Amino acid sequence: MLNQIWSVMMLTGLVWGAIQGNLDQVTQGLIESSGEAVTIGIAMMGILSFWNGILKIARRAGVIDWLTAKMDPLLDFLFPALGRSHPARGPIAVNIAANLLGLGMAATPAGIEAMKAMKAGTAGETQSGSPDNAATSSMCTFLILNISSLQLLPMNMIAYRSQYGSAEPAVIVGPALAATGLSTLAAVIFCKSMDLFQARRTVGPR
Amino acid sequence: MMEWISRMLIPLTVGYIISFGLISRRPVFDDFLDGAKEGMQIVVGVLPSLLGLMTAAGVLRSSGFMDALGDVLAVPAARIHFPAELVPITLVRLVSNSAATGLLLDLFKTEGPDSPVGMAASVMLCSTETVFYCISIYFGSVQVSKTRYTIPGAFVATAVGIWAAVALCC
Repeated sequence: MLNQIWSVMMLTGLVWGAIQGNLDQVTQGLIESSGEAVTIGIAMMGILSFWNGILKIARRAGVIDWLTAKMDPLLDFLFPALGRSHPARGPIAVNIAANLLGLGMAATPAGIEAMKAMKAGTAGETQSGSPDNAATSSMCTFLILNISSLQLLPMNMIAYRSQYGSAEPAVIVGPALAATGLSTLAAVIFCKSMDLFQARRTVGPR
Repeated sequence: MMEWISRMLIPLTVGYIISFGLISRRPVFDDFLDGAKEGMQIVVGVLPSLLGLMTAAGVLRSSGFMDALGDVLAVPAARIHFPAELVPITLVRLVSNSAATGLLLDLFKTEGPDSPVGMAASVMLCSTETVFYCISIYFGSVQVSKTRYTIPGAFVATAVGIWAAVALCC
């Protein structure tokens, strides 16, 4: 899927640029955005490594086990394929908690650790015959949840709004919470129905 | 109160974790270094896919395709009572957080942050994520390219987030 998406995005841009006579800007955009990716990467390297260090302390001191235990019912519901002892549960719990609190840069390393743990533990989970570059259902659910946005308090947004002279910068908190809740609900319903659909289609353990 | 909580959140989390580590008699700095080293490797690992997808998004944006698509979509958008001013930011939101923030601030300047459109855009950016960034980082980190139902699911969640933002504010 990513192979197709990436090539379609690239080729659409190139062809459209050629038709519109924008190829110079396209070249410029290509150079600038590849530079921007590295700039973001460097910024990420600082804050993400910092959080990963803090999370390592948390893991070894047992804070993450405690958090995971608190979130067991939620994790059981969302990720039925990941049993109580699965190593991905800890980082998933951290990712969800960090997202809720708006600590995006702490959520990312935990999320990547979760993906790696899910990948390592795929043996029992993927359908037989599916190649090992395929996402498992738990991976799909995890990613869709992340994309549905889980943040409770949109502090950046409140800051932008007050910067631009909003009379009530925080007035969006209620609607934002409602909208995020609805999109997350839609994500959960979607993933659950995909799981059901697939369980019905494939014989044997998913 | 809320602002205070959010300002204290990062220091409190970091302080809490370090104190907890000390109480559990852990060599906290050694643990930190292990994690930080891993963090660097993580970033290096995701950089290629981040670079690839961000470049593709940059090419698409600078070709003028997104603007043209925005113009085309403004007509059907109006039919479903979706404000035309929000079409570009909605499209850009999928591919770039910084570009979407740029458009949001433009919108704040032209329409005001408390206008219905300004409100809807604010809420929309809170209730959605940068789809391609998330996918490139998370799937890039484990070399998964068969994403199965992730992308349709991501679009369902994002569409609901966008719809809710507009429905609640406009």
